[in-house]
Amino acid sequence: MEYWLPVFFYGAMGLAMLIYVVLDGYDLGVGLLLPAGTDEEKDTMIASIGPFWDANETWIVLGVGILLIAFPKAHGMILTSLYLPVTIMLLGLILRGVSFDFRVKAQDSHKAMWNKLFFVGSLVATTSQGWMLGSFVTGLQNSTTNLLFSVLIAITLPTLYIMLGTAWLMIKTENELLLKSIKWAKRAILPMGVGLLLISIATPMVSHDIAAKWFTLPNIIALLPIPFACAIFYITIIWLLSREDILKTNYNWIVFAMLIAICLLAAVGLAYSIFPDVVIGKITIWQAASSIGSLKFILVGTLIALPAIVVYTIFIYRIFRGKATTLSYE
Amino acid sequence: MFDVDPFTLSRIQFALNISFHILFPTITIGLCWILLLFRTIYTYTENKDWEYAYFFWIKIFALTFALGVVSGITMSFQFGTNWPGYMEKVGDIAGPLLGYEVLTAFFLEASFLGIMLFGKNRVSNRIHLVSCWMVAIGTTLSAFWILSLNSWMQTPTGYALEDGVFVVKDWWSIIFNPSFPYRFSHMLIASILTSAFLIMGVSAWRMIKKVDGPETRNVMYTGIIIAAIFTPIQIFVGDLHGLNTLEHQPAKVAAIEAIWDTEEGAPLTLFGFPDETEKKTHFAIKIPKLASLILTHELNGELKGINDFKDETPPVSPVFWAFRIMVGVGTLMLIVSWWGVFTIWRKKSIGKPLLTIMSVMTFSGWVAVLSGWYVTEIGRQPYIVYGALTTADVVADHPAGMLLSTLIAYALIYIFLLISYIMTIRYMATKLARSQTMIHGYHNKSTQLTGEKA
Repeated sequence: MEYWLPVFFYGAMGLAMLIYVVLDGYDLGVGLLLPAGTDEEKDTMIASIGPFWDANETWIVLGVGILLIAFPKAHGMILTSLYLPVTIMLLGLILRGVSFDFRVKAQDSHKAMWNKLFFVGSLVATTSQGWMLGSFVTGLQNSTTNLLFSVLIAITLPTLYIMLGTAWLMIKTENELLLKSIKWAKRAILPMGVGLLLISIATPMVSHDIAAKWFTLPNIIALLPIPFACAIFYITIIWLLSREDILKTNYNWIVFAMLIAICLLAAVGLAYSIFPDVVIGKITIWQAASSIGSLKFILVGTLIALPAIVVYTIFIYRIFRGKATTLSYE
Repeated sequence: MFDVDPFTLSRIQFALNISFHILFPTITIGLCWILLLFRTIYTYTENKDWEYAYFFWIKIFALTFALGVVSGITMSFQFGTNWPGYMEKVGDIAGPLLGYEVLTAFFLEASFLGIMLFGKNRVSNRIHLVSCWMVAIGTTLSAFWILSLNSWMQTPTGYALEDGVFVVKDWWSIIFNPSFPYRFSHMLIASILTSAFLIMGVSAWRMIKKVDGPETRNVMYTGIIIAAIFTPIQIFVGDLHGLNTLEHQPAKVAAIEAIWDTEEGAPLTLFGFPDETEKKTHFAIKIPKLASLILTHELNGELKGINDFKDETPPVSPVFWAFRIMVGVGTLMLIVSWWGVFTIWRKKSIGKPLLTIMSVMTFSGWVAVLSGWYVTEIGRQPYIVYGALTTADVVADHPAGMLLSTLIAYALIYIFLLISYIMTIRYMATKLARSQTMIHGYHNKSTQLTGEKA
């Protein structure tokens, strides 16, 4: 128990963060794409994420929540170090979330302003998340190299979210907007690939701990499938983007699935790189864990609530399945 | 230029964030049950006016909910960014309670909200009604967990201290700590009253602007009746809450009443200017023995004064004033709601003076709720966990300049959002009522908003 409970919550936290990146990733991505659509398309784009964004955003609260519940010592350490990017991200998320509602409810003359704020909020939130991830991977050390590394992730993350956004729009839209989504995806796929590649190369360079974990035998052989599979998925996406005939059918969810697979593999790689530390080189999950009694108490709730959350999340995605039309309260 | 210490800045920032945040859940918790009421009445009577009422208020609910969610996310990060010592020392207790809030409440409300808002044409009326229930239960559960934690910080029980760290002894007595039942009911009723005055005030505004329809009157009457029933209950619950505070946090009560020296048969100070340096209240208007009577239910009951607490005591003036503002607003609510009921009872239509007062009081619930929270939170200082851990012990060590700049950023964005929120509600309230647009054939023109059809 003493060994496995922290490991379980470590996994749960990673899972929550991964789900967050995929789910809020696509709606932040749609936010980033918003300026590229016409006024009418903007409405459809917003409508495609309308019933979901709120619950999507809740996953980051769960992720941070598990950090706080299971690893309270690391929670303080990480969040005080990341004070500035966290605050900026929060301001971005605030703007994004409220613009969504204000844009249709305020006077028509203000709509353009809320559209802009929706984009700005999405951009600010996305880049600061990249910055946070960068600082986290480099063990919260503020050196120039580490800062550059954070900047690299901060630039790359928007491209990933844009790709998720376009893949989502392919599923949820039709006709003109579907074609535009494909066009946007074609533009974003290369920067995303280059960015992810650079991050993969830079990570072992900025962190000796991570380099040591990857580049030793026999680990490296066991790990090789991760980058290899990523490359295959990436190439598949590029191929799919050249086949508009497939993307116009109901099978266009494959692009989204491939992107999820890439995120999943990246998460597995990251988890392997960090484990068993919560903050690399500073504190392990067992040192940071709260008492076994508290972990058991919350374990019961997690085992009951998490499956329920998954079930009703699927239920809601099923209800709002199909192409997005205008949202209606009535 | 600024000579403010980081501790004070962190406190102001937290106060700002949580004050802004609480405005919106206060409305959504109450409004959700009211919407459920509209929806249920419509389901059973099939009277379209109730559905129009639902359609109008669901939009305001959605907007309010969004503001509550985004400002709430800020809270979950602030514990770590500004008060890391808190989680390190109290993590075993606070962590699971917050965790249960996320697991049982946040996902439930956020997920079913999608159906509640946009599901009308996609699901059956029954599923739609069930979704409303889920959201209402979710918001209430959320209040349950967070108020349990807050109450535990006010009246901590069921724990032991080991090397300065709080360890769990008994979950039951942590969750249902002594002040929790009172605080929870006080806050739930406060939410209901805030929403009741919101719907009443907006309806009154619509009547004054002559854009109302039969649904507006339904909403207004609902608001009046709810307020008339719950205001007296709230006063009663508030009194019980005060007695509970006297038992567990007597220093807070001494500050509320500005009682400086321990005395028997203490008078009730109606107004005055508490002076912390001279330890007396200037220009006090007092009613003899009333404080003792209210708080101990005896004319000559003894009340302990601020000067006689060995431990540190909270600042007196803010607590003293905030309490009087809360009670003042509560009294106004009682008068206005009963005036309304009396008018309805005499089968008269509500006149211009009352309509004007109601529309002025649209957000009066906010004033009462905020001042009530200031009483209880400032009244707890200098402790974060009452009697066991001080606020200064858990603060993060950030440079004052950084705190100040983020504080200003938050303040600017909050002011902007608050103005936008109120202006938007005003704008929505000034549109012609749905039942009237149908009659006048304006339907397509005025409701065909792009994106979401309003």
